[in-house]
Amino acid sequence: MQILEFEKPIYKMQEKIEELKKISMDTNMDYEKEITTLEKQTQEYKKELYENLEAYQKLQIARHPGRPNFLDYINLMTEDFIELHGDREGCDDRAIIGGIAKIDNKPVMIIGTQKGKTTKENLEYNFGMPQPQGYRKALRLFEHASRFNLPIITLVDTMGAYPGIKAEETGQGIAIAVNLKEMAKLNVPVIAVITGEGCSGGALGLAVANKVLILEHAYYTVISPEGCASILWRDAAEAKTAAQALKITGEDLLKFDIVDEVVKEPVGGAHYDIELMAKTLKTSLLNALEEYKGKNADELKQDRYSKFRRMGVFAE
Amino acid sequence: MTLTDWFNKRKEAQQQALRENDVVIDDSIGKLWSLCYNCNSQLPKKDLENNNMVCPNCDYHFRIGARDRIKLVIDEGTFEEKYKNITGKDPLNFVDTQSYAKRQASAKEKSNLDEAVITGIGEIDGQKVAIAVMDFDYMGGSMGSVVGEKVTRIMEDALELKVPVIVFTASGGARMQESALSLMQMAKTSCAVAKLNEAKILYITVLTEPTFGGVTASFGTLGDIMIAEKGARIGFAGRRVIEQTIKEKLPADFQTAEYLLKYGQIDSIVSRSEMKEKLSKIIEIHNMAKSC
Repeated sequence: MQILEFEKPIYKMQEKIEELKKISMDTNMDYEKEITTLEKQTQEYKKELYENLEAYQKLQIARHPGRPNFLDYINLMTEDFIELHGDREGCDDRAIIGGIAKIDNKPVMIIGTQKGKTTKENLEYNFGMPQPQGYRKALRLFEHASRFNLPIITLVDTMGAYPGIKAEETGQGIAIAVNLKEMAKLNVPVIAVITGEGCSGGALGLAVANKVLILEHAYYTVISPEGCASILWRDAAEAKTAAQALKITGEDLLKFDIVDEVVKEPVGGAHYDIELMAKTLKTSLLNALEEYKGKNADELKQDRYSKFRRMGVFAE
Repeated sequence: MTLTDWFNKRKEAQQQALRENDVVIDDSIGKLWSLCYNCNSQLPKKDLENNNMVCPNCDYHFRIGARDRIKLVIDEGTFEEKYKNITGKDPLNFVDTQSYAKRQASAKEKSNLDEAVITGIGEIDGQKVAIAVMDFDYMGGSMGSVVGEKVTRIMEDALELKVPVIVFTASGGARMQESALSLMQMAKTSCAVAKLNEAKILYITVLTEPTFGGVTASFGTLGDIMIAEKGARIGFAGRRVIEQTIKEKLPADFQTAEYLLKYGQIDSIVSRSEMKEKLSKIIEIHNMAKSC
């Protein structure tokens, strides 16, 4: 597994422990006390480190190649997932996957951006960057869910909508805009989760929800810190500074009511224990679904409308 | 090569260079004379102004401000500005090479505007409309909390008054200095358009040079009828970002109004001199249908 720069001290400490254990075995000398102390120190250091990560360090975890992707969550959280393909206009964008499933025996429509873990997969899923056709497929599934009373769950992990010639020719901006508008009209509860990268309109296009959750090390922003740095600082190397300034972490977003809940990740990030991550997220999702149970279409729409209506900070 | 050929070739090269430029074109005008960016002709400033800032030689549309725009489309003496009192804050205490607070102050001074949009109620040939006009001169027409709120409020007024909404866009996208709060303005304004749809209130958007990013991906492209002003560049991602991603040069006319029309993304291209008349007719036809 790829180790991040700031995690290296932990691995150094763990190496030391292993070394000591080996010496202790080889020489038959008792280092038990030293080993226990070192192990305790490592645990403490780890806890301290991961609880106080800077924005840019979280972003590195959010982008970790081993991070669970949409299909991992489908496999670990749902039963009987049936994928529903295509926009009905000539395209099945693989960067967005959706379908019907059961979660804890409750029927749902679940849609999300899919990233690959290998180069081959990433080419298939276009690195999780959707084309307009992906957003249109999502919209078709949203409307299906609304018609058949299936609560909607979206899982978002994208660097953004794909910037390409075809994307512009077929209306990338329009496709996202239409989703924002039509999601406001849905008759069923919508729960969105930012599971990794929540970059720009491409992420928001699946996240006009009654409740927005974010994983502990995921981030949500109007522009990637790299993009922001190259525009405002005229230097992409300032991404770390930009990440801090943009207030992209769950904790910051909670303060501005942009997200409703930060979902705890396993120590070190979701990739250290994918199963535990899926279990925790499933619990949060079930709680969120329970909250909207019994609410009628008008109440749900009003709830969603007023949530976004309140957003913004200005003087009057 | 004849001399004419040489001139034509030079002109072509200049046009190419212009289109491949970044989104921002400096339209600042000299004291008495202006230079047309498209055909390179020297124009007396007065002539240009009398022609609504459209080049009389090549029909190139210079960017104009929100106030001039309102004068061009709204009947004289009928415009009532609203929500002028909504002003920006600096919720993130954002500092890049200078602070957001400072940037706002200098934008106000430079542009003589309160924010990147002017909203109000007015009449077009006696027909009442709610209107929002963006201005690129205020921080590149970027959308932060204030733009989102003013646009939403004027739409809510239209719901109450049951009058059509017209929005003129001119924006580089969402305002980075408000980060996710800016992003949420896309959702807020789009939800307001959803309400217009449900109440069957006519919503017209006019996309002007330039319209990109968060405005393209929200209320800008949600019009029941979508018009682009002649020559305007409109897109989601910026030209440079796309070129860097696909590692290819883009065609010169990429993301122009004419290009979008060809690909079926907009209803119509209208020149500045005909804008008021076209808007008036569109509203008239829809109002007639309502009463029969």
